[in-house]
Amino acid sequence: MNIIVCIKQVPAKDAPLAIAGNWIKESDIGFEMNEPDSYALEEALRLKEKHGGEVVVLSMGPERVKQTIKEALAKGAERGIHIADDNFAQLDPLGSAKALAAAIQKEKADLVLTGLQSDDHGFGQTGVLLAGLLDRPHATIIMAIEVAGGKMKLKRELEAGWFQHIECPLPAVLSIQSGINKVRYATLKGIMAAKKKEIATITRESLGVSSEPTQKIEKIYVPTKSKQTEFLTGTPKEVAAKLVEKLRFEARVL
Amino acid sequence: MKILLITEQRQGKWNNASFETLTAAQQIAKNASGSVIAVVIGKGVGELADQLAAKNVAEVLLVEHDLLDAYTPDGYCVALKQVIESAKPDLVVSPHTYQVRDFAPKLAAMLGKGMIGDCVGYRSEGGKLVFVRQMFQGKTAADVTFLGSGPSFASFQSGAFRADLVEAHASKAPINKVSVSLMAGQIRTKPLDLFKEAKSAVDLTQAPLIVAVGRGIKAPENIAQAEAVAKAMGAEIAASRPICDEGWLPMERQIGSSGQTVAPKLYLALGISGAIQHVVGMKGARTIVAINKDQNAPIFEIADYGIVGDIFEIMPALTEELQKAKPS
Repeated sequence: MNIIVCIKQVPAKDAPLAIAGNWIKESDIGFEMNEPDSYALEEALRLKEKHGGEVVVLSMGPERVKQTIKEALAKGAERGIHIADDNFAQLDPLGSAKALAAAIQKEKADLVLTGLQSDDHGFGQTGVLLAGLLDRPHATIIMAIEVAGGKMKLKRELEAGWFQHIECPLPAVLSIQSGINKVRYATLKGIMAAKKKEIATITRESLGVSSEPTQKIEKIYVPTKSKQTEFLTGTPKEVAAKLVEKLRFEARVL
Repeated sequence: MKILLITEQRQGKWNNASFETLTAAQQIAKNASGSVIAVVIGKGVGELADQLAAKNVAEVLLVEHDLLDAYTPDGYCVALKQVIESAKPDLVVSPHTYQVRDFAPKLAAMLGKGMIGDCVGYRSEGGKLVFVRQMFQGKTAADVTFLGSGPSFASFQSGAFRADLVEAHASKAPINKVSVSLMAGQIRTKPLDLFKEAKSAVDLTQAPLIVAVGRGIKAPENIAQAEAVAKAMGAEIAASRPICDEGWLPMERQIGSSGQTVAPKLYLALGISGAIQHVVGMKGARTIVAINKDQNAPIFEIADYGIVGDIFEIMPALTEELQKAKPS
């Protein structure tokens, strides 16, 4: 079973965000693998270990993205594809998906996996768009995958504690819900092995996809507060005492 | 401006977020002297179309087909593409549900159009609609506009608009049946049983007081400190999704879009940053207290009381103060 996993590199969770127009200043912050994508990668590795085949990781963005691809290779992916694009952050969801789809079409994948959404843009559209562009069946928010007889039985999460089983033929595109598995760490052996693994770099321009955007982020900003927050200050003991006081006699909830 | 609303039902029951989005559609239409066309899609859902027709909409489109009985992304995309091509709306709106996330981006792409998903609001600026959505897990907001010609697609986050503000209409709107061409071979996935996991032992929706932990708790052995706070308060313990994903607390204690939605008297958020998926599950709480080391954490945007500090220093102090305050 050959699997392509789309992974995105995003600002590290604790990175201080300095807003600059319609994006953030990237110069002083660290980047990491988008957490929802790490679950998709883990699921791909588990499927490969069970059914054979290879796992290819696909990522788009500037040069630094290679670091995240290397991390995936260290965890056990066979090879990486890097779509080089310095203006990746400015693409709309459809523009990104078109480039990814063009790269996927050059491969022979039985299954394409994505995370549910990215922790930066949070569009949450890539998997579904890829299914449309590649004309493959899809399912999203997947919590379990069983492969048998050339098709999959999936457990899809719905809202409010509901789930649904779905049968889906292969090849297909799935977007994976976070928490589907326990993500592995790269081992030292894996990190050493990754040094010898291939990362093919292609430019987005060379894929020849149109990139006329359908939407534009005009600006980003710190959201306006919907509530007046009363901040309590002091030593831990003082703030604890103040809070209990407030909750008992002001909010009257204790 | 012609606005097409795609409503959502499952097994003949409304997803109430449909009406929140109807409120949004009505408000956009009012500002832009436009009209709202509401779509009901499924099988045997004529009664739902009747209910919609009593609202202030120009028209209800009833899209029924045997193959639309159970939701499939293929079936919905094929059918709704035909509906949109014939109705020719400028804007297509839908609630940002799991189901909409599953088909709407592809539906838009089939028409060569884009979708702005998970919007929390909109503004009209010089006749142009500006949609507001969150980015960076709620740490920033973004103003997003459509480029090019319609139909454009937007979905609205649960709770962004109020369903009780939907305008009714004295005379019933016309219900027009739309027949769509759909063949079994076009539907490639097969929906099977709907089910719930082991029945939830705790019903957090009924808890008046909730103490919830997030990533800031750092390790499973630290949960006990939060549980001590909850015990001293007489509260239920709950968590944001990552904590349950890690298995540090059972899934049934998860608050948020994929877990339970609660509206307690008091919600104490310990080390929870306030990502959208969590906030939609608890923003209805009467009093929200947030304790977080990051003063820019989005949770503070909705908190009544905030403490910027180390939860590991504050939790034991708070437990002690709560015990002291208890009537003996």
